[in-house]
Amino acid sequence: MNIDSIQNGIVIDHIKAGSGMRLYELLHLGDLDVSVAIIKNVTSKKMGKKDIIKIDADIPVDLDVIGYVDPGATINIIKNGALTEKKTLALPQKLTNVIKCKNPRCITSCEQELPHVFKLADEAKKIYRCVYCETKAQENNH
Amino acid sequence: MRSIIDILDLSTTELSELIATAQDIIAHPETYSEACKGKKLATLFFEPSTRTRLSFEAAMYELGGNVLSVTGAGTSSAAKGESVADTAKTVSCYADIIAMRHPKEGAALVAANNASIPVINAGDGGHCHPTQTLADLLTIYREKGSFDNLTVGLCGDLKFGRTVHSLINALSRYHNIRFVLISPEELKLPSYVKNETLKKYGLPYVQSTDLEEYLPQLDILYMTRVQRERFFNEEDYLRLKDCYILTPDKLKKAKSDLCVMHPLPRVNEISVAIDNDPRACYFKQVLNGKYMRMALILKLLKEAQA
Repeated sequence: MNIDSIQNGIVIDHIKAGSGMRLYELLHLGDLDVSVAIIKNVTSKKMGKKDIIKIDADIPVDLDVIGYVDPGATINIIKNGALTEKKTLALPQKLTNVIKCKNPRCITSCEQELPHVFKLADEAKKIYRCVYCETKAQENNH
Repeated sequence: MRSIIDILDLSTTELSELIATAQDIIAHPETYSEACKGKKLATLFFEPSTRTRLSFEAAMYELGGNVLSVTGAGTSSAAKGESVADTAKTVSCYADIIAMRHPKEGAALVAANNASIPVINAGDGGHCHPTQTLADLLTIYREKGSFDNLTVGLCGDLKFGRTVHSLINALSRYHNIRFVLISPEELKLPSYVKNETLKKYGLPYVQSTDLEEYLPQLDILYMTRVQRERFFNEEDYLRLKDCYILTPDKLKKAKSDLCVMHPLPRVNEISVAIDNDPRACYFKQVLNGKYMRMALILKLLKEAQA
C-alpha cells in the first residue's frame, strides 16, 4: 500500500495498533482542510503491528493528547521532505479539554463552560482523575 | 491565595499548629475575641446544613468578625443561573473569606480558582468536607492524646461518606493506624480510596459487614448516616438506611475508653440511650468543630494578609 511521502508536516509513528482512529478523533484531525492519512495495522519489526498518522501540513499538534493516548508513539517533523526532528513522549501530568468527566455529580456536569481538567494520579496504571471530583477517567471519556 | 478544599491541603505540621491554636482558644477565649475585628466571612450554602453553617458563623462571631450569609440556591443569584466562578468573584468584593457548601463535587475548587480571597470548602457534594475532618481530628487528639497506634472503626456508608474518606486520608499520615471498615456490600469503601491511600501507604485494614465482631478491638468508632441525598434510587436508600444501629447492649462489648464519633446529623445509627455514656463523643465533635474553624479562619486570614 502506498501513501505519498509528505514535504512539510508531521508523521505520528509507532502508534499502538488500533489507537490511530482514537488519536485522529481526539486531535480533531477531521476538522483540518489538509491531507491526513491514517494507516492501520502496518507491519512493524518492533511492535508486530502499528498505526501511523501522516499530516501534510506544518501545524501544531497537542503532544499531551498523543502522550495520553499512546506515550510510546513518536513524532517526526518533516521539512522539505527531510526528517528534521524526532520527539518521544511521556504521559502528560495534566489534560485540559481532552477527555470529559462523566460524573453527574461533578460541577462540570452543570457548568458547561468549565474546562474539563484531569491530572495523572497513577503513572504505572495510567490513571487520570478529574481535578474537581476525582472521578477516574474511563477509556471512552471523550 | 491559599484555600482549603481537601484535608490533604494541610500538612501534618499545619494540622498540629491548628490543633495547638484551637486548644489555646479553648483555654483563653478572651484573647481571641477581637482577633478578626473588621473582617467578614461570607457563608455561601447552596445545600441544606445546620451545624456547619452555624459553626462557621459562631466561629467568626467569637473571633470578633462579621458574617454575610447566603442560604439555599433558591435565594441567591445561583437561582438565576449564575456560575460558581462569577459568584466567587462577586463575593470577593464584599468579604474577606468564604466558606462554601455546594451540592456539586468540585464546586469549592472552582470558587477557589476564581476568588481573590481564601475559600474554605464546607462540603462539595459527596467529595470533601475538610473542616469536619478538622473537628474529628481535634476530638481524637483531645480524647486519645495522639493520632498514633489507634484501631479506627468506620461504620455505615463508606461509599458516599465524604467524612470517612477525608478522615482516612488524614489519619493515613500518622503511625501504626489500623482501620476496620464496616459496611453493607453496597456501601463499601470505594476501591480508589483503598488503592490510592490504604494500599499505597501500606496501612493495615479489614473489611467486614459485622460491627459486633470487631467492636471489642476498636479505639475509635466512627459511625455514619446513610445519606438519602446521595441515592438516585429511593428503594436502595430504604433498604440500607438502618443497617447498623449502635445500642447500649452492643456497646457493652466495647473498650471502656472507646471514643464513639459521628459527623451528625444522626438518624437511627446511634441510639439516644448512648448519649450519656462517657464514650459518646459526637457532641464534643460539634464543639471541637467550631474551635478548629476558628483556628482555620485565623490561619487563612493571617496568610492572606502576609
